[in-house]
Amino acid sequence: MSSRATGSFSNPRAGLVKADAVRSRVRRYNAVKMKYKDYYEIMGVERTAGPDDIKRAYRKLARKYHPDVSKEPDAEERFKEIGEAYETLKDPQKRAAYDRLGSHRPGEEFRPPPGWDAQFGEGQFHPGDGQFSFEDLDLSDLLSGIMGGRRGAGPGGKLRVPGQDYEVTAHISLEEAYRGTEVDLDLQVPEHDERGFPRRVQRSFKARIPRGATDGQRLRLAGKGGKGANGGRDGDLYLNIALRPHRLFRVSGHDLFLDLPLAPWEAVLGTTIEVPTLGGSVQLKVPPGTRAGQQLRLAGRGLPKPHSGEGDLFAIVQVAVPGAVGERERALYQELAGISTFNPRGHFAQEA
Amino acid sequence: MKSEQGRWLHEHYEFSLVELCELSGLSEEELRGLADCGAIAPADPGARDWTFGADLLVVARSASRLRRDFDLDPQGLAVAVALLERVRDLEEEVRDLRARIPGGVL
Repeated sequence: MSSRATGSFSNPRAGLVKADAVRSRVRRYNAVKMKYKDYYEIMGVERTAGPDDIKRAYRKLARKYHPDVSKEPDAEERFKEIGEAYETLKDPQKRAAYDRLGSHRPGEEFRPPPGWDAQFGEGQFHPGDGQFSFEDLDLSDLLSGIMGGRRGAGPGGKLRVPGQDYEVTAHISLEEAYRGTEVDLDLQVPEHDERGFPRRVQRSFKARIPRGATDGQRLRLAGKGGKGANGGRDGDLYLNIALRPHRLFRVSGHDLFLDLPLAPWEAVLGTTIEVPTLGGSVQLKVPPGTRAGQQLRLAGRGLPKPHSGEGDLFAIVQVAVPGAVGERERALYQELAGISTFNPRGHFAQEA
Repeated sequence: MKSEQGRWLHEHYEFSLVELCELSGLSEEELRGLADCGAIAPADPGARDWTFGADLLVVARSASRLRRDFDLDPQGLAVAVALLERVRDLEEEVRDLRARIPGGVL
């Protein structure tokens, strides 16, 4: 059985990139059009804002949405947008190129005016001449490409550029973490072709998640990130493990916690009961006089650790009572109440 | 389709200083600065060639992003990394305590 990983990926060298790890497989042909993004609106500044206003706005938004410090639910996606907007607006040439695209509604499909790129940088784009289409691009690709944004990656470039790192979150069940699993990864990633033109390509592969996963653990797949250029190393893919909540077990590191309800007489008299574990049921001996809140440890019955050994399973005792009792049961409880000398609140009198 | 095998980032295998720099995007000077103030500790600070537990790659990558995105100076970066580590430790403690609460909070 395999799971599908979803999430975002980021690159410590080149900023956050498009997050959709899983996208529609079917992409309609839509040459020389792309969706407009209003970078000024994203940054919350006027179109006439000066460089200092833009920098201030970026700092404020970055502090709020940076994925390493933010707890906002959409932090990663928002920060990616903010980073993309700032990359363009802080650079006078890129900003001028962006402004020349005109003003459109966010999400509106548009096409750059004819000859739009002629006055900027290297003019790597040739929409409509058969060499290139915008089908695989988004606005950030367009702007970074037109300014020769990927230094040295173009024809004749010499500088070694490492490939981007991607970061994807795989949501897996506790059972999958216990025995290891496979996830299908479907990534839309930016790449450059042999002539240095940026494009987005679909990469699909399976990744094996070996035993030893727990919540928040990371798996590194060396060289499975973006392609390096001019002899630069390929980027890596980081798979962040997120465990789905389980109906019985709670997780802390590689240890598991299970609520263990006992009937009052089981707690008093002791018993041997069957307890579920991820590796199948086991017999657990409950000693006489077991109290609610006590933890019974089942050594090595937690999650396997990546290096060696396993975590433990802790069964937390709860004394459960029936909501309603029959006549005979009630009579027995009453008899017990009459003869028992047990006072669970004896310490109240001593401590008060 | 062939299945790709990854490696866990855990403390039982190590990266050299050069490897950690290459994988995180930090410069050697930046990484040494973080090590000097204890924000990222080498396995044996007395060793001639420093090595780092692979789990520290997560911290180093986070430091690299913070340095770049906030344009932080070395001192500011060290403080930010140390505080984030403290937050992560506390979050782990909260997760552990929640897991121990009967009838627990997931």
